[in-house]
Amino acid sequence: MQRFAQSLRHNTPFLVMALPGILLLLVFSYLPMTGIIIAFKDFRASLGILDSPWVGFKNFEFLLRSPVLARITINTLVLNGLFILAGLIASVGLALLLNEIRLKSAARAYQTVVFFPYFISWVIVGYFSFALLNSDNGLVNRVLQSVGLEPVAWYSSPQYWPWILTLVHIWKSVGYGSIIYLAAMLGINPEYYEAAMLDGANKLQQIRYITLPHLVPVMVILTLLAIGRIFYADFGLFYYVTRDNSLLYPTTDVIDTYVYRALRVNADIGMAAAAGLYQSVVGFVLILVSNRIVKRIDPERALF
Amino acid sequence: MVAPILPRAHYLLRQLLRNKSQLILHAVILSITALFLIPLLVVVSASFTDEIALTRNGFGIWPSQFSLAAYNYILLDPSQILRAYGVTAIVTIVGTVLGVVIMSLLAYVLFRHDFTWRRPMAFFVFFTMLFNGGLVPTYILITQYLKLRNTLPVLILPYLVVPWFVFLLRTYFLTLPKEFVESAKIDGANEWQIYRHIIMPLSTPALATIGLFCILMFWNDWWLALLYIDEPKLYPLQYLLFAILRNAEFLSSNASSLAMLTSTRPPLQTTRMAMAVIAIGPVAVAFLVLQRYFIRGITLGGIKGE
Repeated sequence: MQRFAQSLRHNTPFLVMALPGILLLLVFSYLPMTGIIIAFKDFRASLGILDSPWVGFKNFEFLLRSPVLARITINTLVLNGLFILAGLIASVGLALLLNEIRLKSAARAYQTVVFFPYFISWVIVGYFSFALLNSDNGLVNRVLQSVGLEPVAWYSSPQYWPWILTLVHIWKSVGYGSIIYLAAMLGINPEYYEAAMLDGANKLQQIRYITLPHLVPVMVILTLLAIGRIFYADFGLFYYVTRDNSLLYPTTDVIDTYVYRALRVNADIGMAAAAGLYQSVVGFVLILVSNRIVKRIDPERALF
Repeated sequence: MVAPILPRAHYLLRQLLRNKSQLILHAVILSITALFLIPLLVVVSASFTDEIALTRNGFGIWPSQFSLAAYNYILLDPSQILRAYGVTAIVTIVGTVLGVVIMSLLAYVLFRHDFTWRRPMAFFVFFTMLFNGGLVPTYILITQYLKLRNTLPVLILPYLVVPWFVFLLRTYFLTLPKEFVESAKIDGANEWQIYRHIIMPLSTPALATIGLFCILMFWNDWWLALLYIDEPKLYPLQYLLFAILRNAEFLSSNASSLAMLTSTRPPLQTTRMAMAVIAIGPVAVAFLVLQRYFIRGITLGGIKGE
């Protein structure tokens, strides 16, 4: 008892310093975790969380029986999968191009331009895509017409959207990604290149046999960590760029947009909570698994 | 100033022309960057286009008929956008200052080996990165139990502690020489003094990076407003833009009396685009000035993911 009091006195300043941060996490992260019981209740606002009646797995049964579960799961996995793959290729490719430029001031200027979209909010990106894609007077349809092609009603043609969203995703994130790979390239010992040049290797051979192999570890780790988060979608991209258009849901509705809509638009709290818990649990497992693999490859890069 | 630059530019250009592969490389990247800029150009040019010309000719990268009508229209009654700017500025400043202080304190505690419960507390912070309760419980907690709907704090509090930033700061503190803390302890400094007078001054680069990412996070946020704000006078900038894009009438509802005064139909399409341009402006300038700090931040912690 005395030792505890002593230890408490010793640790008091630390506890006081950590208090605001710990309290905020407690309220905004841990309290909601206890709220996952809502998924097993027939939630009624007037009764509150604790007094709403339990319904067991009924919300999950509804979710399983509705066609929406398969749709949002497949869309989330396929679209995020596309983003991961295309993002990887684009980031590495752009980093390779920028790295080859000898005029460093020009390379910096190019980098500035491709990094810029990272700073633009998804709402503004929604404006950009509207200016390009709206069917009355958007730029893309004007270009199509000027070369004699039929204009496309983009906002009511779901089949194009996996590609549109992938392009927008790349546009917004490739600057960020290429910075990481450029940094990794700076770490490669220049003697490798000197030796290769002495042996008569050309630029492409140098990239193929020196640069890329050195980037593989970073590529693998970043991809694995991205796969660990594959169950979480970038809400802003799917909500603002599609303008939350219900005609596009078949290919653009993901778990996050569905949960938001079930909660705020349809006020179907049971379904929203069930889908949300499904995302949290599967997402948790995926992060654990991907982290375990990362840890086996490179313990330094693992999250924990 | 100009004189020495010109021959140099000329020299560089000659070098470039002599080297064919570099020339191709520049051509490729230039076309990529041009593609990257098109969306921005289209919105900016639309904001300077005459309303009827825009409807007739469509969006382009150059105004088909130059006009300042959209900006004049906004200037008639700028209160709506100024108010949103104000909300966003308050949220960004208060959120960034509080966030950096709270997160650096937490990171300091997790960094000090003298703290007995360091490991369990680190796990407490870290676990929130792996698992969360999801949107529904959070939403019900904030709206029904904390009663934070339509308040300024709801735009700040949920974002104050970003676990990822906390660990970034702690990692940075660990790179500082141990002797600083030890000798301060011997001199009788308490934990507050060590935090305030030793760790903080030595960590300005890391603090600046975290601060910039906080500024970006608060400035660009629409998510909290989408969930918790429906009072137009509390709309932050991004959410106001969303409201306008969803419903152009939102613009005119505010200025309908003015529209009657000027007795012309408000140029809604182009005004929307002008609002977006006004919102992008400061971000663009800040970006050009500060981007190298962001790049440093990404290379500092980016390897571990976003």
